Amino acid sequence: MAKSSKKTFKASRIPPTPSFPQELDPLIHARIRLGIVSALATGEALSFNDLKRLLDTTDGNLSVHARKLEDAGYVECLKSFDGRTPKTEYRLTDQGRDALTAYLTQMEQIIQLAREA
Amino acid sequence: MNQDRPALKQHRPSLPPLEDRAQEHLRYIRDMMARSGAFTGVPGWGLLAMGATAVLTAFLAAGAEGPEMWFWIWMGEAVLAGAVGTLALFHKARRCQIALGSGPGRKYFLSLLPAFITAALLTYALHRHLMYELLPSVWLLLYGVGTVTGGAFSVRIVPLMGLGFMVLGVAALFLPLGWSNALLGIGFGGLHILFGILIAQRYGG
Repeated sequence: MAKSSKKTFKASRIPPTPSFPQELDPLIHARIRLGIVSALATGEALSFNDLKRLLDTTDGNLSVHARKLEDAGYVECLKSFDGRTPKTEYRLTDQGRDALTAYLTQMEQIIQLAREA
Repeated sequence: MNQDRPALKQHRPSLPPLEDRAQEHLRYIRDMMARSGAFTGVPGWGLLAMGATAVLTAFLAAGAEGPEMWFWIWMGEAVLAGAVGTLALFHKARRCQIALGSGPGRKYFLSLLPAFITAALLTYALHRHLMYELLPSVWLLLYGVGTVTGGAFSVRIVPLMGLGFMVLGVAALFLPLGWSNALLGIGFGGLHILFGILIAQRYGG
C-alpha cells in the first residue's frame, strides 16, 4: 500500500492553489498503462503483439496492465481468429479517451501553474 | 547503546521538479501516439477534386492534336492535381491536428518520394526521346508503387488504391495506345474519386 502511494505523484504534494488539478487518475498515470492508452488513442485497434513491441514489455506485464484498463472500461478487448490463430486486439473506449483527455489537461495545468509560480 | 549510533540518514531519491515530470509525461504520450499511429492525413476530398480534374483532362487529351500536345495537357493536369492535393493535405492536417513532418506522416512521405522522383526523371527522359507510348504505364505504375509503399504507414485503404493504379499500369503496358486516355482517366480520375470518397467518409475528410 505504502509502496504504491510512493509511485503515484499526487497534486497534493505541491502547494495548493485554488485552481490546482484534481488528483491524477492512477489507472492512467502508471507508465505502461499510459503507454497503452496513448498508443490506442490514434483510433486504430492494436493487436497484443503490436502493443508488446511498442511498449517493449513482456506478455505477462502487458496482460496484467491491459486487464486493469479493461476492467475499468478504458479499453475493450476484441478476440478473434486469423485463420486458426487466435488474435487479441485492443481498442480505446470513449471512457478511456475521456480519461486520457482529462489526464492531458491535468498535465498542462501542472505545467502552467509551475510556470506561474 | 542505541543512543551512540548516529542518526540514520533517510535516503530519498531526489525527484525532478513536477513541471519536468509533467512535460516528460506529455512527451511520452506524444511519442507513443506517433509510433503507433497510421498516417490519416491523406485528404479524401482532395483526392476527389484531383480525380475530377483528371477525368476532364482525359476527355481533353483525347482530342489533342499530336503526342506533344497530349503530353503537355497531362503535364498541366499533374501540376494542377499536385497543387490541389498539397492544399487539401495541409488543410486536413491543420483541421485534424495531424503532424506532417514527424512520426507516420514523415515515414509516409519518405516512402512516397522515391517512386515520385523516379516517375519525374523517367517522364523527362521519355519526353526527350519522344517515347510517349510508355508514359501512361510509367505514370500509373510508379504512382501506384509510391502509394503502396507510402500507404504502409497509412490506413489500409491507401495501399489498396495504390494496387489499383499498378493494375492499370500493367494493363497500359499491354493494351493498344488508344487506351491510354481511358486508363489514365480511370486511374487518376476514377480511382481518386472512389477512394477519395471512402477516405473522406471513414477518416475525417
